[in-house]
Amino acid sequence: MFERLEAILVKEFLELRRDPWAIFRLIIPLALQVIVYGYAATFTVHHVATAVLDLDNSEASRSLISHFLATRRFDIVDFADRQSTVTRDLDSGKATLAIVIHAGFARDLASGRGAPLAVAVDGTNSNTALISLGYVGEIVSRFEAEEAAKASTVKAGAAPPTVTVSLEERPWFNSGLEDRWFFIPGVIGTLTLVQVVNLTSFAVVREREVGTLEQIMVSPIRPVEFILGKTLPFFLIGLADVALVTLLGVLWFHIPFVGDPFVMLYGASLFLLATLGLGLLLSTFSRTQQQAFALNFFLINPIFILSGFAFPIAAMPRFLQWLTFLNPLRYFLIVIRAVFLKGVGLSDLWQEFAAMALLGVVMLGLSVLRFKKSLD
Amino acid sequence: MSANPVAAFGLTKRFGSFTAVEALDLQIGKGEIVGFIGPNGAGKSTTIRMLCGLLRPSAGRAEVAGFDVARQSEAVRAHIGYMSQKFSLYGDLTGRENLRFFAGIYRVPRREIRERISFAIAMAGLEGREEALVKTLAGGWKQRLALGCAILHRPPVLFLDEPTSGVEPQARRRFWDLIHNLAGEGATILVSTHAMDEAEYCNRVALIDAGRLVAIGSPGELRGRELAGELFELACAPLGAALEALQSLPEVIEAAIFADKLHVLLEKDANALSLPAILAGRQISAKAPRAIAPTLEDVFVQLVSRRESKRGRE
Repeated sequence: MFERLEAILVKEFLELRRDPWAIFRLIIPLALQVIVYGYAATFTVHHVATAVLDLDNSEASRSLISHFLATRRFDIVDFADRQSTVTRDLDSGKATLAIVIHAGFARDLASGRGAPLAVAVDGTNSNTALISLGYVGEIVSRFEAEEAAKASTVKAGAAPPTVTVSLEERPWFNSGLEDRWFFIPGVIGTLTLVQVVNLTSFAVVREREVGTLEQIMVSPIRPVEFILGKTLPFFLIGLADVALVTLLGVLWFHIPFVGDPFVMLYGASLFLLATLGLGLLLSTFSRTQQQAFALNFFLINPIFILSGFAFPIAAMPRFLQWLTFLNPLRYFLIVIRAVFLKGVGLSDLWQEFAAMALLGVVMLGLSVLRFKKSLD
Repeated sequence: MSANPVAAFGLTKRFGSFTAVEALDLQIGKGEIVGFIGPNGAGKSTTIRMLCGLLRPSAGRAEVAGFDVARQSEAVRAHIGYMSQKFSLYGDLTGRENLRFFAGIYRVPRREIRERISFAIAMAGLEGREEALVKTLAGGWKQRLALGCAILHRPPVLFLDEPTSGVEPQARRRFWDLIHNLAGEGATILVSTHAMDEAEYCNRVALIDAGRLVAIGSPGELRGRELAGELFELACAPLGAALEALQSLPEVIEAAIFADKLHVLLEKDANALSLPAILAGRQISAKAPRAIAPTLEDVFVQLVSRRESKRGRE
């Protein structure tokens, strides 16, 4: 067993060393993607282009507008003088959000009847729209509170008009609610998955195409020896990937790493077991590199979407939620985020560990069974 | 169980409705070199792959080195060397690294590895180039190195699938010398080719066409036995028109172009000397026909065309 394993490992590393593009292919795209994700992948919305139509033109309406100006969230791009201008701004995309203060705003506010405020938002990007509306709500309620305080000082001596509950938000583990803290650890899982599944599925198919696989199949080698020899190098490359992205995240993006690096290592090892299994299984279904490419292309996107990398699994239909249980990335994302941000250990993560181990063993086992030493 | 290192009985391979190899019987004795001759697509590679255990026979059976190719394919693999039609060493590895790889795969005992690799390098004539990347080697070296990789574990049976295609003539001669040396040491060898001249290097030749073994015997036997008429060489011009004219004559069994002349197979009692006159009547100039001894190619052309006309009648 070991002579053959050693022979394949030596061969794989020699080939890797002779490939002048290997370093480029293995490291540069990965590092670049981490950096792009780090800077671009964010749900935070800044500088929303906003159009304002103030038909009241009172002290109160101007005060409200100044509340919007005071945050960096909104850039007022147009002070419109009629409704049609506002409509045109939204149509042309000049503005994403429009605030319309109707005549009588100050009067209604003073009377305590409640002053209507119209806000129109470009809903084509529902995410941005929703988040912007959230900010609008925050600003308006702050404005409201201030106005109420002013009113109560004016009517000094009178009983406070309303009882309010003040909500004190205290996000744990990511107190600033930084999106980057959420994304970068996730990127470790997704990029490693793409890299390892690609490398593994292509490696076997390339030998098939070149003809060397046929030469190996006429030898008395056992399938498990061949598969171990083909996958061990990629296991090591995968671990290096994880280490590289983790270091970039911690050193460049200052993501806190509060957990135990060994928990991360165990988790990464089990995750790699599952991804190697997946890559090998794909290779047993592909005769040519094109087929392997098509299969990869077909699978990688669903794996992303059904992993919880960006979209919450809890919001998915029940059927898709079940599918996520087959997705190794789902478990690894939980593990990485927990290790990075929460610092929890094996006692909290054993279910994810067990799931990844099971998936890995099943997929590797299936590919050993499917790897037939015949051309039929 | 057969005493012969290679024995096939009614070996058949079907791919869907297509029959690639049909009821092939073949016995190869120890130390014998059998040439497997036939056009592309005749079923040579399919047969060899069945004998190697790479393809499962659809019917019939075969034994290699005493093991059944379907049921004991792992034991077969340990006793054969195989060179596939496509060159299949690792181009990014040196010759020595390739040899080292296959020595590991075949579990050559560690203390013998060095000696066997040196032997293979010497056999391939690769001294001084053993550290060059294989992809930079010329065809003849690549092919001898591939043979070296295939015999590292000293297999008693060798299957070589068109090993000399794309290799220059001198290197081909040298390769055949190696094959004869190996057979001299007791290896049993089945080597396929579509180059008829190479058949002359074999102890016996098996002619295969459209999946069927059409003839088998020593080159001498095949040349003497298989022709149904007398063979003449005819220098004439233009060749194409002459070929057409001759093929329409009833006394002509077969006519084919060989280089700048025609080979014409006539019925035993036909008058060859009348041919130039017949051709002259069709504005074709021809010299007097010359009786010649048939080559294997003549035999093969005739066997194949006979089968084709038989199929046509059916």
